[in-house]
Amino acid sequence: MVERKFFDEMGPDEAQVRAPYAEYANWFEGEDPRSLLKKSAEAETFFRRVGITFNVYGQKEAQERLIPFDIVPRIIAAQEWRQLEKGIEQRVRALNAFLADIYNKQEILRAGRLPEHIIAQNEAFLPQMMGMTPPGGVYTHIVGTDLVRTGENEFYVLEDNARTPSGVSYMLENRETMLRMFPELFTRMKVKPVSSYPAELRRSLSACAPPNFDGDKPSLAVLTPGIHNSAYFEHSFLADQMGAELVEASDLKVIDGRVQMRTTRGYRQLDVVYRRVDDEFLDPLSFNPDSLLGVPGIMDVYRAGNITIANAPGTGIADDKALYSYMPDIVEFYTGEKAILKNVPTWRCSEGDSLKYVLDNLSDLVVKEVHGSGGYGMLVGPAASKKELADFEAKLRSNPDNYVAQPTLALSTVPIMTKKGLAPRHVDLRPYVLVSPGRVHITPGGLTRVALKEGSLVVNSSQGGGTKDTWVLGD
Amino acid sequence: MRLSITHTTTYSYDRPVSYALLQLRLTPRNGAGQKVISWQSSVSGASPQVQYEDHFRNVTELVQMDPEGTTITILSQGEVEVENLNGVIGAGTGLAPLWLFKRPTAATKPGNTIRKLASSVKEAFAADPLDGMHKLSDAVSKAVRYTTGSTNVTTSAEEAAKAGVGVCQDQAHVMIAAARHLGAPARYVSGYLLMDGLNQQEATHGWCEIWIMGLGWVGFDVANEICPDDRYVRVALGRDYGEAAPVHGLRQGDAEEELYVSVQVQQ
Amino acid sequence: MLGRTAGGLFWMFRYLERSENTARLLDTGFRIALTGSENSSESEWESIVTTAGGREAFVQKWGDFDQANVTNFLLRDRDNSSSVLSCIEAARSNGRMVRTALSSEVWEAVNEAWMTLKEQLEKPVSVKNLAEVLTSIRQHSSLVRGALHGTMLRNDIYDFSRLGTFIERADNTARILDVKYYVLLPSAAHVGGSMDNMQWETILRSVSAFRSFRWLHEGDVKPKAIADFLILDRRMPRSLAYCLSQITGNLTYLSRGSEEELKSLALANQLDARLNGRDIDDVFEEGLHEFLKEAINQTANLASQIQDDFRFYG
Repeated sequence: MVERKFFDEMGPDEAQVRAPYAEYANWFEGEDPRSLLKKSAEAETFFRRVGITFNVYGQKEAQERLIPFDIVPRIIAAQEWRQLEKGIEQRVRALNAFLADIYNKQEILRAGRLPEHIIAQNEAFLPQMMGMTPPGGVYTHIVGTDLVRTGENEFYVLEDNARTPSGVSYMLENRETMLRMFPELFTRMKVKPVSSYPAELRRSLSACAPPNFDGDKPSLAVLTPGIHNSAYFEHSFLADQMGAELVEASDLKVIDGRVQMRTTRGYRQLDVVYRRVDDEFLDPLSFNPDSLLGVPGIMDVYRAGNITIANAPGTGIADDKALYSYMPDIVEFYTGEKAILKNVPTWRCSEGDSLKYVLDNLSDLVVKEVHGSGGYGMLVGPAASKKELADFEAKLRSNPDNYVAQPTLALSTVPIMTKKGLAPRHVDLRPYVLVSPGRVHITPGGLTRVALKEGSLVVNSSQGGGTKDTWVLGD
Repeated sequence: MRLSITHTTTYSYDRPVSYALLQLRLTPRNGAGQKVISWQSSVSGASPQVQYEDHFRNVTELVQMDPEGTTITILSQGEVEVENLNGVIGAGTGLAPLWLFKRPTAATKPGNTIRKLASSVKEAFAADPLDGMHKLSDAVSKAVRYTTGSTNVTTSAEEAAKAGVGVCQDQAHVMIAAARHLGAPARYVSGYLLMDGLNQQEATHGWCEIWIMGLGWVGFDVANEICPDDRYVRVALGRDYGEAAPVHGLRQGDAEEELYVSVQVQQ
Repeated sequence: MLGRTAGGLFWMFRYLERSENTARLLDTGFRIALTGSENSSESEWESIVTTAGGREAFVQKWGDFDQANVTNFLLRDRDNSSSVLSCIEAARSNGRMVRTALSSEVWEAVNEAWMTLKEQLEKPVSVKNLAEVLTSIRQHSSLVRGALHGTMLRNDIYDFSRLGTFIERADNTARILDVKYYVLLPSAAHVGGSMDNMQWETILRSVSAFRSFRWLHEGDVKPKAIADFLILDRRMPRSLAYCLSQITGNLTYLSRGSEEELKSLALANQLDARLNGRDIDDVFEEGLHEFLKEAINQTANLASQIQDDFRFYG
């Protein structure tokens, strides 16, 4: 028996099942593990047939891979969720207020609550956004707030994904799969639905029509880099589900002061674009001139108030890892309240004392690149070999500004279905947040990512992570 | 002094261009020492798309070349009332923070030549920033001799400094890069200049402005070795030429482009 | 609908049709090889490769026109854009691009076709397994077609899909006939010999028309009747006349509501008129080869006019 030093969300053992899982545990007891394993295999076939895949870069064969799906739901009680919801909403409001400030008056810098160099030396700051207000005042229409849990009432924000958070299609497909495989469970337990997300997304984007829009219903499109993008499935899925066009840059052109889509019957005006193309590639006229994924002139049209770009360009400054450690101050500065959700303590290696601490305690810490993502270029101290530690130490010494370090969190576990029965695995949670003028909508639940390898703390799909359906129970 | 300006830009291509967009920054700014009395722009061979104030408060117009066209002509003209401030513009009106003008851009990244140039005035700059900048302007003017035809719009500051030759744009870039290297915020200005005895000019002018504590923005025209007076009309600002350029465009296809510019500035 | 989406649908179904046609050609070749005489088989394989439109590429890469080479070339050579594998991949890739326009049944059918065939064609297909693989190809394309007919709205999405199918089919039928046009000419030498019988059978089998033709003509196999059947007979779903009447129909639907007449529709009408109420003797008079060459060219023109009219590309 493995020693359980981690908080398990189902409960420490069979005799002490936590309340949100009680009904599930009852049901599970009456099931034949072999038939559950069979269902597990069926789920995989289903995902593959439907083409719910992600593309992996740099691999010739099997470019499209499945994200493994685990059939045991992750269950969150109603009152737990309410607390999270409050915290997320507060944080997302603060992020938008921060973006509005940083691209205009920069009061937070004047007030000395955030050191100037955090912004001044940050590549994610986009000067082209200065002095304008995006339609409806919304910068981050879609946010994915990554949370981890370490105890009964201990939740931490790991990351604020304010650019283009992905994975929401998995949240939706996971639920569909569970509904199909275990209808009886949904009749026994009151699970809050997630299926309205695409409609909410549509509503939310439509509410941010550009200032010069004078029609009845703004036209929407999802802008994708194309079928070779790793999240292409999601792009087409979302376009399909919310009834928007799925466009590539080659479909769009600036005509008569608007961005227009090439249809079989000529050009048609586009009012709101949910773009899944990075800032740098969005407009070759204003940014990277070599980009083939962008629409020349779209930034001009945007600044002139003739199109809405979601999320707004330049939002990357808000989820930058260099900024993360200041989030509690940022929340307080803009909301006047203490942050409800905790930040993970973070050492900025750019600061001498912190660097020393990090080097002295490397084997206990997680070290991340300030601008990295996807779990790449990251050191998990406790799991690293001597050589890996030494290599990383060298990297830290030569370029300390590039890193931040955090304690290794004792991430909670949730059981997954294995051949030997239920087994605990570490998880995180990404709830999806939609922001429209005056409204923040959070879909109950989100995407639970699970490290399938025993003992592993890395949940990224690119590194052996899987997903689970996330259930928020009703009262 | 009241200046009357006529500025014509013509692009011609050796074969039809299917699609081209141009960003125009051609409208003089109202501000310290400068008031626009009248101003009009028109384009032929292209259709106006949008107009807006960019992130440096430059009036920016986007125009699209007529499909399959072979020429575009842009005509701007008007009158501007200018006052001699001896180059001292003062505090800015935009939202752009000063630190933004301290960061090098791709075109103004200092290399060894520029670093050396900057260190030659380091002490003077530390003792008296304004004096230091005058000395820098002189040094740049000596180090980069005004010569047409040896550089182009994509030449970087360091390249020009190394070559030791360039036009007003290159001299301004070198000065900007060196000033930033010394820690002073610096920016590029594109505009017009009344030149004695020269009615017909073949290009617009460009110079730089440096932030001097206590004075605010102060203009330096390295090419003419003076601080801008009432013969200068400020049109657009940016961190470098690319952001303040009168015309910035993008087009499909590989047609050969020929540019013709005529600027008349008269009293 | 986006022009690019229309183009994606058009090409998805062109490629699906092509994969089926390529498979059928190979099937025919095999039949001939099994039943025909020893020395004729090499030239039969050659004419099959020619029909599939990759003779030069074949000679360069594979050399001899033998059964193993041709099988590889037609089924799984990624350098051959008309191989079944290339076609299925291209169809699926286009399908992925236009996924939001497809019913989930159609998408899943094409995705499954790709998954299955990719695996089946991963290694060279042995003679023993060939029948199974060919059946699989046929079944998968039938599944996609069935899903299209059963689940898709009859709107412009459907029309573009059908246009792709019939443009490809018209081209294919014309090519098959053109490669063998000489065996259909009345002046050909040993008319009615066993050699000719085999050639005629090849043609009919290449368009899945061997049995239907015999049934309609009560076993009376005459070259002129074959040409008539494959060019002018509107009952025959792979004849040029049938394809053109379908294309005209789809284009007519697509042109509704548009102010000026589409150039592609005008062109299709013109081609349709060339086939409508024609007598096969006329065609022979005009010259069968010339007629077929013209048909191939005009089909290509029509395809490119469709592409322009509906703005497939920017």
